[in-house]
Amino acid sequence: MKPLRRALDRVAPHFQKGGRLERLHPLYEAVDTILYTPGRVTRTASHVRDALDLKRMMITVVIAMLPCVVFAMYNTGYQAALAVEAGAPMRETFREALFSAMGLTLASVDVFTCFVFGALYFVPVLIVAFAAGGLVEVIFAIVRGREVAEGFLVTGFLIPLILPPTVPLWQVFVGTVFGVVFGKEVFGGVGMNFLNPALVVRAFLFFAYPSELSGDAVWIAAVTGPDGVSGATPLLLAQTEPERFQLDWMQAFFGFIPGSMGETSTLACLLGAALLVATGIGSYRTMLGVFLGTAALAWLFELVGSETNPLFSLGLEWHLVLGGWAFGTVFMATDPVSSTFTDVGKWIYGFCIGALTVLIRVVNPAFPEGMMLAILFMNIFAPLIDHYVVKAHVRRRLARHGL
Amino acid sequence: MLTHYLSLATKAIFVENMALAFFLGMCSFLAVSRRVETAQGLGLAVIFVLSVTVPLNQLLQVYVLAPGALAWLGLPYVDLGFLGFLVFIGTIAAVTQVVEMVVDRYSPGLYNALGVFLPLIAVNCAILGGALFMRERNYTFAEAAVFGFGSGVGWWLAIIALAAIRERLKYSDVPEGLRGLGITFIVVGLMSIGFMAFSGIQL
Repeated sequence: MKPLRRALDRVAPHFQKGGRLERLHPLYEAVDTILYTPGRVTRTASHVRDALDLKRMMITVVIAMLPCVVFAMYNTGYQAALAVEAGAPMRETFREALFSAMGLTLASVDVFTCFVFGALYFVPVLIVAFAAGGLVEVIFAIVRGREVAEGFLVTGFLIPLILPPTVPLWQVFVGTVFGVVFGKEVFGGVGMNFLNPALVVRAFLFFAYPSELSGDAVWIAAVTGPDGVSGATPLLLAQTEPERFQLDWMQAFFGFIPGSMGETSTLACLLGAALLVATGIGSYRTMLGVFLGTAALAWLFELVGSETNPLFSLGLEWHLVLGGWAFGTVFMATDPVSSTFTDVGKWIYGFCIGALTVLIRVVNPAFPEGMMLAILFMNIFAPLIDHYVVKAHVRRRLARHGL
Repeated sequence: MLTHYLSLATKAIFVENMALAFFLGMCSFLAVSRRVETAQGLGLAVIFVLSVTVPLNQLLQVYVLAPGALAWLGLPYVDLGFLGFLVFIGTIAAVTQVVEMVVDRYSPGLYNALGVFLPLIAVNCAILGGALFMRERNYTFAEAAVFGFGSGVGWWLAIIALAAIRERLKYSDVPEGLRGLGITFIVVGLMSIGFMAFSGIQL
C-alpha cells in the first residue's frame, strides 16, 4: 500500500491551491479519502467523535440492500425463463446476444442461468445509474468547489432496484441526471435535499415515459403481449382480471413474482430491515408506522366493500407482499434525509405513507403500484409534520414549566 | 349523495389542487411562504374567502348572470353574461374587505406579516379561478360550496407544506444564482410531481 500513498502524495501538490489542476481538487480529494482516512481533524467548536460517519452509514445501507440485489438478478432471469417456457419469444437486445454467446440457455429450473440472465439486465442499469449520478456529482463538486459526497452510493443502488427490467438504458441515464440534479444537487448535495433522489428518478420516468414504466409488457424481460404471456404484476391482475389472480402467498412473500427488479421479495427486504433496525440506521418507528397505516386502510376498505372494484377486498396480508410495499417501507420511507426528523413525526409520517399506499392502489386505477408515489408525496409533507411536532413539544414544555 | 360530495372535495383538495395542478394564485403562493405561521394565516384567509365567494357567485350566476336567469323578474330574454368577471371580482373584493377588517381587528401581528398580500387576495387568481371553474362546470349551490371549501383547503395545504420545506431549506447550500425565488420554483415543480400521484383517481 505504500507506493499508492506515495503516488497520491506526489500528485497532491498539483491539486492544491495554486497548483495546475486546482479546479479538479474535489476529484483528488474523493480518491484520497476513499482509500485513506484523512489526517485532518476538526479544530473549532462542536467536535463530535463517532465511529458512525456518513461513509459507514451508506455502506451499511448498501449491505442491507445486498439480499435484494442478489434476488433481483435471480428473479429477473427466473421470470423471463418462465415466460419463455410459456411460449413468449426472447427480446432481441445485446443482453440476449451476450447470453447465447456465453453458450447458455435459459431454463427456469437452472438457478445459475437465471442468475446470469438477470444480471445481464440488472448490471447495465446499475452501471448507467452510477455513471450518470457520478458524472453529475463530480461536475457539481468541481464547478462549485465542494467535496465529492458519498451519498450517491445508496441512490445508485436504489435506482436499478425500483425500475422494471425492460427500462431502456438511455431513460435510466436521463432520469438519473434529472433526479440527482433537481432532487439533490440544486439544494447543495447530500443531506440538504427534501425529496429522496431515487424516488424523484422513478417519478420522473414514470410520468415522462409511462409506456416504458407501467403497463403489462415492462415487468418481464421477454416479449410479452396480448396473445403471448401476460407480464402484468399481481396487483394489476388483481384489479383488472381478478379471476386470473391465482397466486400462492408464500410465492409472493419470497418474491417469485413479476415487478420492479429489486422490490418483489418481502423476505430479502426483511433481512435488510433487520440489519437497518439493529444498527439504528433505519427507524423502526417509520416502518411500524407504515405497517399500521396499511393495516388501518386495508381493514377500512374491506369493511366498506365494493361491487365493482375487487381491490377493496384484497386483504392486508396481500398488501404487505405485493407492489414493492416491503422495499418501500424498509429502504425508501426510512431515508433519514427525506423523512421526518422527530420521533413522533416518524410515526405520523409512516402511518400516512401506509394509508396513502392502500388508497392509491385501490382507488387510482392508473397507478396500482402506488407505494413509491405515496412515499414521494409524504416526503413533501415531512417538514410540515416536523414543524407541528416541534411546536406541540414547545407548547407542552411551556405549559409544564410555566413562564 | 354523500359520497358524491366527498369525492368532489377530495378532487378539489388533491387531484385538482389549485396551486400544484393548475398553478393558480402563484404570486402570493411564492411570496408568503417563507414562514409556516404566516403561510398558515394566508391559507386560512383563502379557505374562508373561497368557501364564501364560490357559492355566493354561484347564486349570482344562476339568478342574475346566466342567459335567461332574470326570468323571475319577468325578463327572460336578458343575458348579462358579459358582466361575469365584473360581478365575480366585485363579490370577491367585498368578502376580502371583510376578512381584512377581521384580521386587522383580532390579529394585528398576522395583519402586518401578510402586508399587501391580504388585500391582494381580491385579485388572487385562485379565487377568481374557483368562481370560473364553478361556472364552467355548472355546479349546483351545494356543489359550489363543497368545491370552494375543498379548493381552499388544497391551496392552504400546499402553501403550508411549501413554507415548511422552505424553512428547512434555510440550511441548504443552494447555488447563488438559484437562491430565493429560483429554488422555490424548483421546489414547487417537485411538489407538483408528488401531487401527480393522485392524477387519474376515480372516486
